[in-house]
Amino acid sequence: MTVTPVHAPPPARSGFTAGEYITCLTGIVWREALRFLHQRERFVSALVRPLVWLFIFAAGFRQVLGISIIPPYETYILYEVYIAPGLMAMIQLFNGMQSSLSMVYDREMGNMRTLLVSPLPRGYLLFCKLLAGTAVSVLQVYAFLAIAWFWDITPPPMGYLTVLPALILAGLMLGALGMLISSGIKQLENFAGVMNFVIFPMFFASSALYPLWHVEEGSPWLAFLCEANPFTHAVELIRFALYGKLNWVSLAVVGGCTAVFMIGAILAYDPSRGFVRRGPGGEA
Amino acid sequence: MRKLRDQLPKRAPLAASLLAAALCLPPIAPASAFVAFVSNEKGNTVSVIDTDSWTVTKTIKVGQRPRGIAYTRDGKFVMVAVGDDDTIQVIDAKKLEIVDTLPSGPDPELFAQDAAGKTLYVANENDNTVTVLDLEKRIRIGDVQVGVEPEGMMLSPDGKILICTSETTNMAHFIDTATRKIVANVLVDARPRYAEFKSDGSELWVSAEIGGTVSIIDPAKREVTGKIKFAIPGLRSEAIQPVGISLTKDGKTGFVALGPANRVAVVDGTTHEVKKYLLVGQRVWHMEFTPDEKYLLATNGVSNDVSVIDVAAQKVIKTIQVGELPWGITIAQP
Repeated sequence: MTVTPVHAPPPARSGFTAGEYITCLTGIVWREALRFLHQRERFVSALVRPLVWLFIFAAGFRQVLGISIIPPYETYILYEVYIAPGLMAMIQLFNGMQSSLSMVYDREMGNMRTLLVSPLPRGYLLFCKLLAGTAVSVLQVYAFLAIAWFWDITPPPMGYLTVLPALILAGLMLGALGMLISSGIKQLENFAGVMNFVIFPMFFASSALYPLWHVEEGSPWLAFLCEANPFTHAVELIRFALYGKLNWVSLAVVGGCTAVFMIGAILAYDPSRGFVRRGPGGEA
Repeated sequence: MRKLRDQLPKRAPLAASLLAAALCLPPIAPASAFVAFVSNEKGNTVSVIDTDSWTVTKTIKVGQRPRGIAYTRDGKFVMVAVGDDDTIQVIDAKKLEIVDTLPSGPDPELFAQDAAGKTLYVANENDNTVTVLDLEKRIRIGDVQVGVEPEGMMLSPDGKILICTSETTNMAHFIDTATRKIVANVLVDARPRYAEFKSDGSELWVSAEIGGTVSIIDPAKREVTGKIKFAIPGLRSEAIQPVGISLTKDGKTGFVALGPANRVAVVDGTTHEVKKYLLVGQRVWHMEFTPDEKYLLATNGVSNDVSVIDVAAQKVIKTIQVGELPWGITIAQP
């Protein structure tokens, strides 16, 4: 069974006005915002997850650090301070995967078809969707930072501003990755697989929970794996930006990965490829 | 499109100037430009730190085992007690080289000078005496016999009483500076290391390294009126060993260096309650305020660095690598 488009696409136009692009963007962002507002549990759970790590996990691991000064920090720090950027990236990782879940949901419910019949370029539509998801994750991160402030995680005031571009870029990268993965998921139920095979390995094999020099002491092989993990670079980009500094290597890796995942997602959602995959196995 | 192009030149200068303004804003307000001298006990050196750039600008070779260190009152010289050479060396604060030595008893550790900068009282750890030196004539003018292993030395703000703590006798000796006689002994907890007066002379704080406490002594009654105890979650109580004490001039806040606990405790000067623990390097020992009291510098003996504490924010802002086993510190305007 192949899916035929609901509407025949209108005759191709050479270009669209900026107004039309903006209408599309606000439409998608607004829908994402509404969905976010109506799912309070999602917001709460997005906050509770990192806070549990911060309050419970970090309390037991206080002794892990405090013996060396790791850039961008200029003095000794407590473990809570160390893992805060990692938890910020974790929020974005989960959010990226969750919006990929919503893509699967949209596809099953047919909303996506409404979106994809838009005459605007496919890549632009996906980018808007990505931007909407990123905006939500940035909001979640700032809510987390506000609570963490009371837990003595107090980066310099300017850091709250300088971290914004890093959060947007990291959010785009993780969102694009989620989008790429979602193109291969046929059912909502498969999301558990994403947890096991994407979120957990990415989160644990990174610099989010322990500095890489610490990992290297235990296993150089694992340290190499962490170094190659784009999530590590998302964490480091955020960590440096939060203290008003720029990590060029991480910026290059995150920027490059964003481009690759984005192009991958656009290709995967190409009408001639992406939807054809929905074979008889998928139950709608 | 043309409209947009017409608008651009008008807006561009504004945007550019805003950007330029943002870029020009210094990340931290310009600091005070003081100079700190840190004695490195094992490295046998003194590190010179510029408090503007927070960098070590020079390392001066000194005698064996430098510990107690202080500017002279005129700010021209820095005196450093080199224990294993049984003397006190004098460093020219401008030329940054040793220009003189002062006589002292064997193994000088810490010393105190009077407000006029004329008399120096030196604790000689190995022969249980306090040596009195005339700083102008640079000669020894007297000795006071005290308890075993004298260390902490502090003059009362009026200069009438000298406090000497003896590590093994566990006492704070009150010495009358006019008669050079002990007038009172106050028993404190095990191994008292350091003594500090409030600037109005209303309280004397004495740290006890093994006892893990700071005793609050009423200097008029000469008795212990209270004790500050420390507890850090996740740390054994043996690791908490108070040594250095620094009190703000208004007496409202006290900082206590807790040695191998790697923390500096922030204590309310009035209620004597611990408000906060600041994470610094390993085995934090002595501390000193910058003269404007904006920053407090603490030496970390085992991690070989100095941590900079923002006094108002009560936050550690930076840690600077110095020589081996930093011990004492003194800060003044160059």
